[in-house]
Amino acid sequence: MEIAQKTLLAKTSRLPAFGPFDVLFALILAAGAAYALHAFGEYMDIYERAILVCTVPAAAAFGWYWKPMRVFLLACAAVALIAVGLYQGQLVRADEVFLLKYFVSSQTAIMWMSATVFLSTAAYWLGMLARSTFFERSGTVLAWIAAGAGFTGMLVRWYESYLIGTDVGHIPVSNLYEVFVLFTVLTTLMYLFYESRYATRRMGAFVMLVISAAVGFLLWYSFSRDAHEIQPLIPALQSYWMKIHVPANFIGYGAFAMSAMVGAAYLLASKGILTSRLPSLQVLDDVMYRAISIGFAFFTIATILGALWAAEAWGTYWQWDPKETWALIVWLNYATWLHMRLTKGLRGAVLAWWALIGLLVTTFAFLGVNMYLSGLHSYGSL
Amino acid sequence: MKNPAPARRPRSQAASSLYELLSSMRFAIALLTVLAIASVIGTLLQQNQPFNNYLNQFGPFWFPMFQMLGLYNVYSTGWFLAILAFLLLSTGLCIVRHARPMLHDMRAFRETARETSLRAFHLCAEGRTSLDAETAAARTRAYLAANGFRTRENPRDGDLLLAAKQGSWSRAGYFLAHGAIILICVGGLLDGNLPLKLRMALGNKQVLHGEVSDVSQVPPTSRLGEGNATFRGNVFIPEGKSASVAVLNVDDGMLLQDLPFIVSLDKFHVDFYPTGQPKRFASDVIITDRDSGKSFRHTIEVNKPLTYRGVTLYQASFEDGGSRLRLAVHSLVPGEAQEEGGRHADHGDHASVPESRLVEAVVNEALPLAYDGQQYTAEFTDFRPFNVETVGQQASTATGLARLQQHLGSGAKSRSERTMKNVGPSFTYRLRDASGQAREYINYMVPTEQDGRWYALAGMRESPDQPFRFLRIPTDEAGTVDAWFALRNALLDPKLRAEVARRYARGAQQRESLRPDSAQRLEETAQRTLQLFSEQGFDSLGGFIEKTVPQADRENVASALLKVMEGTTWEAWMLARERAGEKPVEPTAQRIQFVRDSLASVSDSMHYGSPVYLQLVSFEQVQATVLQATRSPGKPLVYLGSLLLVMGVFAMLYVRERRLFVLLKADGRILMALSTNRQGLDAGEQFARHRDALMNHLDATAAQRDEPQ
Ligand code: HEM
Repeated sequence: MEIAQKTLLAKTSRLPAFGPFDVLFALILAAGAAYALHAFGEYMDIYERAILVCTVPAAAAFGWYWKPMRVFLLACAAVALIAVGLYQGQLVRADEVFLLKYFVSSQTAIMWMSATVFLSTAAYWLGMLARSTFFERSGTVLAWIAAGAGFTGMLVRWYESYLIGTDVGHIPVSNLYEVFVLFTVLTTLMYLFYESRYATRRMGAFVMLVISAAVGFLLWYSFSRDAHEIQPLIPALQSYWMKIHVPANFIGYGAFAMSAMVGAAYLLASKGILTSRLPSLQVLDDVMYRAISIGFAFFTIATILGALWAAEAWGTYWQWDPKETWALIVWLNYATWLHMRLTKGLRGAVLAWWALIGLLVTTFAFLGVNMYLSGLHSYGSL
Repeated sequence: MKNPAPARRPRSQAASSLYELLSSMRFAIALLTVLAIASVIGTLLQQNQPFNNYLNQFGPFWFPMFQMLGLYNVYSTGWFLAILAFLLLSTGLCIVRHARPMLHDMRAFRETARETSLRAFHLCAEGRTSLDAETAAARTRAYLAANGFRTRENPRDGDLLLAAKQGSWSRAGYFLAHGAIILICVGGLLDGNLPLKLRMALGNKQVLHGEVSDVSQVPPTSRLGEGNATFRGNVFIPEGKSASVAVLNVDDGMLLQDLPFIVSLDKFHVDFYPTGQPKRFASDVIITDRDSGKSFRHTIEVNKPLTYRGVTLYQASFEDGGSRLRLAVHSLVPGEAQEEGGRHADHGDHASVPESRLVEAVVNEALPLAYDGQQYTAEFTDFRPFNVETVGQQASTATGLARLQQHLGSGAKSRSERTMKNVGPSFTYRLRDASGQAREYINYMVPTEQDGRWYALAGMRESPDQPFRFLRIPTDEAGTVDAWFALRNALLDPKLRAEVARRYARGAQQRESLRPDSAQRLEETAQRTLQLFSEQGFDSLGGFIEKTVPQADRENVASALLKVMEGTTWEAWMLARERAGEKPVEPTAQRIQFVRDSLASVSDSMHYGSPVYLQLVSFEQVQATVLQATRSPGKPLVYLGSLLLVMGVFAMLYVRERRLFVLLKADGRILMALSTNRQGLDAGEQFARHRDALMNHLDATAAQRDEPQ
């Protein structure tokens, strides 16, 4: 009776179980961080060490909360380590070693990411239109590969930057090209998370579409502007704040982009288009709300981190620089969205339209400001 | 919170409806929208530029209108601050209005809920247990506790209602987040320029205009004391100098802020990457406390500010701090160049001036010059010890797979040929004539290579919004500009060019065995061509052809004149060599190219707009740092507010308030109901889980269960 009672009580708990693989995963993470601290600790300042140490429980918790993350992170790390091994400390080997040149050097990995994003999008569309589970499944697999290739590419690129020169090396979140890769990886992962949570692959066609657009831009930017070249950091960017501010921002941007695409699906479905092939309106509405919530929460953090960084780099936490101001506009936009939904109980098409239009505002804050307005945010002018 | 009851009864009808309005969601949403739109305006127009820029941009009609609307500093105008004030008010009242109901809600368990109301819940289920009342109650209690619920019990008429809840913190999130917004706004206003504006409005502070040469002479009416609690200003310090005031920009003028310490700049460092991007800006400073007299050294870098006595110093930028330049003056006035040379205005002696002479200039200072009977002032504005430029950037020509191949590999390499090159030191100055008109010049110290030929680059522009146009002076075999100046003088000086024309005709006569009268005509043609050329270069020749030659013959005439010009330029060079006591040289392909380049740049030099070319001979660099000094008392408030905001947002969005009611009836029937403040899709699933588990736990047989859809 006692034991039966325990299991009964445990079963009702919402949190996922903590199994042996979770322990192993946490230990591997800890070991990796310990090695990094031991080998490179002297080159890091106190904040960078703190960030590294904090990454361990954060990643462990994330892996515990969403199990596939463990395999994903370990696989990416393993492939990145293989690449590092193949380099043997010489950049030229990227052109000489077959495996590097065609698979795991950073640019190649990013090309693989781009290709698989397109393929995944196509597979999701085929799957949706032909009601084919096979194609939907392929879409998921390809999306995982895309995220993995992109993340591995970023890790390898990080290493490559140090091969150029120890003073050039930096985390690859420092310019528009790099953050587009980051955006692709984060948004894909976020989508995959909701796909598994809601147990439906039917939103993939829409969400992967916006990711494909980002990849399209990335390729254009790389092929026509040589934007992929690793550049050293100008003094204002040499800060540990960058490491947390930029990713936090892109969780926000990614989530907002996703909510907009789900909003588009909602609008179509509510007009009777593709209705039978898309998840129910309630599911779409719920995903839209979840995405905007997580996006808003992280965007809040990111904006605050940006303010803290600005205080250190420019001496003022807020100076109405166009980039800052547009971040505020985006934030106000989604704050209003949340108010409408939560306090006015608004649902349905209005909010879906709003989420869709929100993407325009977000895209302007993300890209348009760099293209059309001048300001202090020096990186990534087009 | 659909219909929150008003927190208290306001007195009058009007006050009550005003309160209703200001604290309403409608008003809040309208405000957020208005704030967003107002913020956009300030990003479309670059803010806080010198007023002159706006005047140029908008013209005299719109400029004052836009100024009145405050479009040049939107974020500190009255109307913008008013929006913020309303936001503060609205959020404040909103908190007040929701405080009572929400606090009540946080505490309440609603254990008095009646059966009928429980049955009306969206998520509701029924069952029946054969356990006795005691055991059933005990098991329910244990279940609720194990699942993180706090429970209050209400026994009535033999029945027992267990009212359980969790996640009340969600409500606290509301207070945290909205209170945080108030904190952040208040903190931000303290650090903005509102306090300064208030002081200006109240006190008798006087804004300074123009340049301040001696800080100690500035009267107290234009200074702010050490005690000032909030300010942001710039401190400019050349190497080896000190400063103890910061300059605050106010409207279109400035005020001085006394600092509680003296900052001396020992050395300023700027490091570059091999690619030319800046790598590090750092100031080695010595801070001396004005009260205690104690001092210490510190290095201030970008992202590494220094805080001392409540004032934080940041590395904001850097400038030239008065580098000393030694310049050779080359006159561009024909005749003067060879015979008299340039002269410094201080020396009026015409006869004994050498052909070029040296002057000493200091950046940030002005140097008077007299040329061609005119007075000029050269205002030296900047010096750079090196300039890294991209040369020879070519787009890749590969296509298809080959193009993709180029994009594989590491992120390190560049697919297009691009090299960075340091083109050496440069300096800039404005040359102002007697009427006050100025042009801006930039000269490079060392010649630059282009297509295997070397040029000294001299840039000029008429106004700061234009790009520099460059005069490319070809350098001679010794690498100097002397040959070009001598050649130019021989080509343009009336006396010498007569001789040039004569020699040119004589040469042609010998080479092509012309008859004497043809030679005579050729000399006259050369004379006239040179004379025309000396007015506006090729422009004059072109104008002449257009005016006098029929369309059909223009091309022939033009090439004939060009041939004459090239021939005479060669002769001019030879004449100049002869006058300098040098031997004539044989024409080689290289020398002919030199003559062609010289001719082109002599023509361009007609538009240079200056009677002199200043050549940098040597320099002694002095740098200056610009530090930003701030005191921002609002910062702790803003940071605290930020922390609370994050906590509040997460609490509101992710802490779910759940109320689970379990009614155990005396006859063994069980009624369960669940409510949550965020009716997400998973609420039904949650409820089902609790229902199944608890019913199981109570060994209950399910009676009719309302399946949540
Ligand atoms: C810049 C200003 C504001 C921001 C950023 C803001 C932000 C938020 C956020 C993020 C939420 C949570 C939404 C959710 O739970 O999903 C919220 C809820 C709410 N806000 Fe605001 N808010 C602001 C101003 C206001 C104002 C002026 C009012 C007054 C009418 C207000 C009233 C409310 C109410 C009543 C809730 C619902 C709280 C609950 O039910 O738990 N907010 N706000």
